[in-house]
Amino acid sequence: DTSLAEVNSFSPSMPISPLSMINQYKFEDEPELRDLFITVDDPESHVTAIETFITYRVATKTSRGEFDSSEYEVRRRYQDFLWLKSKLEEAHPTLIIPPLPEKFIMKGMVERFSDEFIETRRKALHKFLNRIADHPTLTFNEDFKIFLTAQAWELSSHKKQGPGLLSRMGQTVRAVTSSVRGGVKNRPEMFTEMNHYMETFSQKINVLDKIAHRIYKEEREYFNEMKEYGPIYTLWSASEEDIADSLKGVASCIDKCCKAAEKWMAGLSENLLPILHEYVLYSEILMGVLKRRDQIQGELDSKVGALASKKTEKDMFSEEIGKLEDKVECANNALKADWDRWKQNMQCDMRSAFTIVAENNLHYYEECLATWESFLASQTVDLHVEEDSEDRP
Amino acid sequence: MEDCLAKKMEITVSEAEKRTGRNAMNMQETYTAYLIETRAVEPQSEGQCAPVDSLWRRYSEFELLRTYLSVTYPHIVVPPLPEKRADFVWHKLSADNMDPDFVERRRIGLENFLLRVASHPVLCQDKIFYSFLTQEGGWREVVNETGFQIKADSRLKALNATFRVKNPDKRFTELKHYSDELQSVISHLLRVRARVADRLYGVYKVHGNYGRVFSEWSAIEKEMGDGLQSAGHHMDVYAASIDDILEEEEHYADQLKEYLFYAEALRAVCRKHELMQYDLEMAAQDLTSKKQQCEELATGTVRTFSLKGMTSKLFGQETPEQREAKVKVLEEQIQEGEEQLKSKNLEGRDFVKSAWADIERFKEQKNHDLKEALISYAVMQISMCKKGIQVWTNAKECFSKM
Repeated sequence: DTSLAEVNSFSPSMPISPLSMINQYKFEDEPELRDLFITVDDPESHVTAIETFITYRVATKTSRGEFDSSEYEVRRRYQDFLWLKSKLEEAHPTLIIPPLPEKFIMKGMVERFSDEFIETRRKALHKFLNRIADHPTLTFNEDFKIFLTAQAWELSSHKKQGPGLLSRMGQTVRAVTSSVRGGVKNRPEMFTEMNHYMETFSQKINVLDKIAHRIYKEEREYFNEMKEYGPIYTLWSASEEDIADSLKGVASCIDKCCKAAEKWMAGLSENLLPILHEYVLYSEILMGVLKRRDQIQGELDSKVGALASKKTEKDMFSEEIGKLEDKVECANNALKADWDRWKQNMQCDMRSAFTIVAENNLHYYEECLATWESFLASQTVDLHVEEDSEDRP
Repeated sequence: MEDCLAKKMEITVSEAEKRTGRNAMNMQETYTAYLIETRAVEPQSEGQCAPVDSLWRRYSEFELLRTYLSVTYPHIVVPPLPEKRADFVWHKLSADNMDPDFVERRRIGLENFLLRVASHPVLCQDKIFYSFLTQEGGWREVVNETGFQIKADSRLKALNATFRVKNPDKRFTELKHYSDELQSVISHLLRVRARVADRLYGVYKVHGNYGRVFSEWSAIEKEMGDGLQSAGHHMDVYAASIDDILEEEEHYADQLKEYLFYAEALRAVCRKHELMQYDLEMAAQDLTSKKQQCEELATGTVRTFSLKGMTSKLFGQETPEQREAKVKVLEEQIQEGEEQLKSKNLEGRDFVKSAWADIERFKEQKNHDLKEALISYAVMQISMCKKGIQVWTNAKECFSKM
């Protein structure tokens, strides 16, 4: 495959049913009211003269009227997801846009385009789209709809239509300068509290992320050593007679515990690590959202400040001020609502992730316990048999 | 077994103490002394307890005792001493001989050594062993007076024998292979076990970090706060539990180590057999060559090439009187040689018989001890799993209430 192939959007086989999708993925809001189901899968490598990149299949099933069809299948690359995210941020500066997986993790143990990296990214992209779908406002965003439904060429041409690079740069400049000036002085108490909360939360979630990764690393090293440990007992049993069975029994127990340890590790990496990482990214996003709110406030404050010194042009500015006041009120309300929603989801996600990990750890110990108990039972049976046979004349 | 010392006397190594003194070169040194307490196990009248005797010994004296026993009873698999320096360390344990944990484990090992000797049917009757337990001063002199050092075989001689012996008893050859394999597999086992322990320690201890972060996080949360806080507490409990778990496992490692060192004792018995067998073969060879020489001189035929034969051909032969004298000398030597060979043969057979009896005793002891060690290892694992289940059940409850 040497070009960005156009994939037929009507694939005859859509193996995943909506019901199984509900079961597979946890949703934030009422699952029964869902009318948009998205999956991200089937990573494919594309090699051109200039670059190598991966595309993912984005499959959508919906019953919404605004969609022309009830099923869509498109291929998207990471760049496309980045575009979508920036469009959503542009349209809703004070809403909490879900995080995207990072471009490339330098410090990880994973190579670019290794299977592990691609799979981790795929899962995160899947999460990203589903979080948007679950968001009461973002789910109806037009760019989101285009992202899900447009063919590759349609998407490219739509991307070019948006505000140009220069205007986007202008926005950034304005954003930087206005953040320097204000929005903090007249900031409502609520948002100052949010800022304090996010500072601490951000710190803690980063530390938790590090701890969880460290635990995973130690578990993996433990698993590696255990792989070598069991076979030594088997080797030993080869030079023994009387105790050969006991030695083999211990070897078998250790091997079983080793396999259980593998599941132990996997549980951590599948359940806790992705969530903690997502919330590390979320904490950055939230800090950004709070800043943007401050900027919007700052625009209003600076205009009000300018007006205070020009009493004559009051009328001319009042309409502008009014608009800005509305803008600030909208932004604040949007953020407040989204914040509450975010906090609830965070609590739910954390509760579920940590509970699953605890359960996982329980299973590990229960499995190991069963293994050793059965070995012990076999040994004490032998002892009794020996004793009985000694008693006989 | 009925008469062994262990039944008549309670022996413990109850204390260890750091001492400073001057060594042979009058330099100051620090060493550890161990208190040996003994008490007669005899039926006493009500309320009366036999008096406890005690004396202090240091590790080098234990070494001297063991060397004496190995030399004096070469056909016995002499119990080994606990290791001189800490080996197979994993990161927590110190390799320092003065480390209190190491000293404690050595104390237990020394007590075990004394009990093993005291319950051995042959060794327990040794007088030097008895005075080691009971004679406070001058024990070293008493040992040296036995002159046991003279009986000790040179290491070089033993090595030489290993390579040159032609007809060793097959059972000893097999035993030597077995002890080599045992030593190799147990050392490998101990090394990997230490690494496994290290990693497990890491897993548990990192969980300890959760406690503080959860606590700090709970400060900014309203509904999640309690769940986080209590979960954090359980994480601390989990992290702390590994210390006891791994300490218990050290006992298991020590049990294996004893048999690692026993392998060396087995090899020593095999070496002694090889040495005796080699001696025997050399004596037999010597006898054969003397007989041949005798025959040649008597009949005047030279069957084998010898320098003497050549020189006599070149420089003239001996007189019949000279020849007769030589024959007489040889005949005397041959007679001596035959007697020696007979007694060496007898010695060899006795050695094989008594060594093999002790080896059978040792095998049974080893099988019993190792099986028990494996069972106790399983018990330890079970206990660890149960603790883990409890902690994570509690933690799960806390998390689900977040």
